[in-house]
Amino acid sequence: MPLMAAYIAALQRDLLLVMRRKTEVLTALFFFVIVTTLLPLGIGPEPDLLRKIAPGAMWIAALLATLLGLQRLFAADHADGTLEQMVLSPEPLSVIVAGKITAHWLVCGLPLVFLAPVIGLQFDLSSDAIGILMLTLLVGTPLLSLIGAIGAALTLGARGSALLVSLLVLPLYIPTLIFGAGAVESYIAGLGATGHLSLLGALLILAAAFAPWATTAALRISLE
Amino acid sequence: MQTPFLAARNLRCVRGTQQLFENISLELNAGQWLYLQGENGAGKTSLLRILAGLALPAEGEVLWQNAPIAQQRSQYHQDLLYIGHHAGLKEDLTLTENLQALCRMDGVRSTDAAIRDALTRMGLAKRQHLPVRVLSAGQKRRGLLARTLLRPAKLWIMDEPFNALDVHAIADVQNLLKAHLTEGGMVVLTSHQTPDLGQDAPGFILNLSGAR
Repeated sequence: MPLMAAYIAALQRDLLLVMRRKTEVLTALFFFVIVTTLLPLGIGPEPDLLRKIAPGAMWIAALLATLLGLQRLFAADHADGTLEQMVLSPEPLSVIVAGKITAHWLVCGLPLVFLAPVIGLQFDLSSDAIGILMLTLLVGTPLLSLIGAIGAALTLGARGSALLVSLLVLPLYIPTLIFGAGAVESYIAGLGATGHLSLLGALLILAAAFAPWATTAALRISLE
Repeated sequence: MQTPFLAARNLRCVRGTQQLFENISLELNAGQWLYLQGENGAGKTSLLRILAGLALPAEGEVLWQNAPIAQQRSQYHQDLLYIGHHAGLKEDLTLTENLQALCRMDGVRSTDAAIRDALTRMGLAKRQHLPVRVLSAGQKRRGLLARTLLRPAKLWIMDEPFNALDVHAIADVQNLLKAHLTEGGMVVLTSHQTPDLGQDAPGFILNLSGAR
């Protein structure tokens, strides 16, 4: 299927670029590890308090780490003219954009899911709670990449785009943050995480359906 | 009288508060080429971007085979090859990887052998596995122009294709353009040096300097 070929081509290209320049990715992951490691050290060794703040703290760190990688999503391709070539491709731009967003998630989102158990131990989370945390991150981080891509496309080429992206995207991240951290908190409180997880899943489906189109429209406007 | 492949009607372009040009109309048929002239800032690149569908004109429309390009974006982009003034290549990838990615995102099937042949014809056989960032400006340009050999397209829109090229490479590219025109292709280009595309292919010159 040609659509799938264009999607995979964009995905492979971005992953290859990441492999050639690993430091940029590692910055986001290191940021996540550093913030979540310093927090327990700064707050002090009180297991009850740490357990309580763990979901919120880890979700905020994940959210900011995703934001770090966002500015590079389209800016580099814009600077060297390869984004123009993508816009002029006969294949739909939204498919290529979807490939790029997937690459961003695989690089900046998915590793956080696997880092979560290690970090969770520092907050004295039970193994069940860590499982739920991983699940929320698995559903939530692609959502962050999808929403963030719209902001990155809208601020493309604007001066001070790094600040603009944060201002635009952070309010849109709030529902993800509330449901993601809320799922773990309500599980720890014994209420079950199903409700929060379902809402998070619904948001993901909605974003997966609309975010690539919104990003495409934003890119066309920014490139003019 | 056949209908022209590419036509533009009463194009007007405004950048900021300044009007770059207005009332630009043009028609291009199979085998014809158009050479845009004009001083720096006259709007050559803006006109090329409007013709390629990257930017919208303030007024007027661009037609491809009698239909506005906005209504048939996919079909138009299938027939169009645009070489901008950017490098258009990723610095961290090799020439081969760059061309592979470009072809596959365009939905064009290209074998490794075809890419190797194209790069060899552009005189880059020994450079195909080097990262683009170590290449010279002229070599990057030639690498990007290798796309013309890999992707069939009726209309080539080129922004300064001869930039940074040496005498031999310019002759090579002119031969490429001539061959393309003989096969019934069309070329729209800007350049600071007058291209010599032979007497056979009918060419037009559009000077944007006086249009303001």
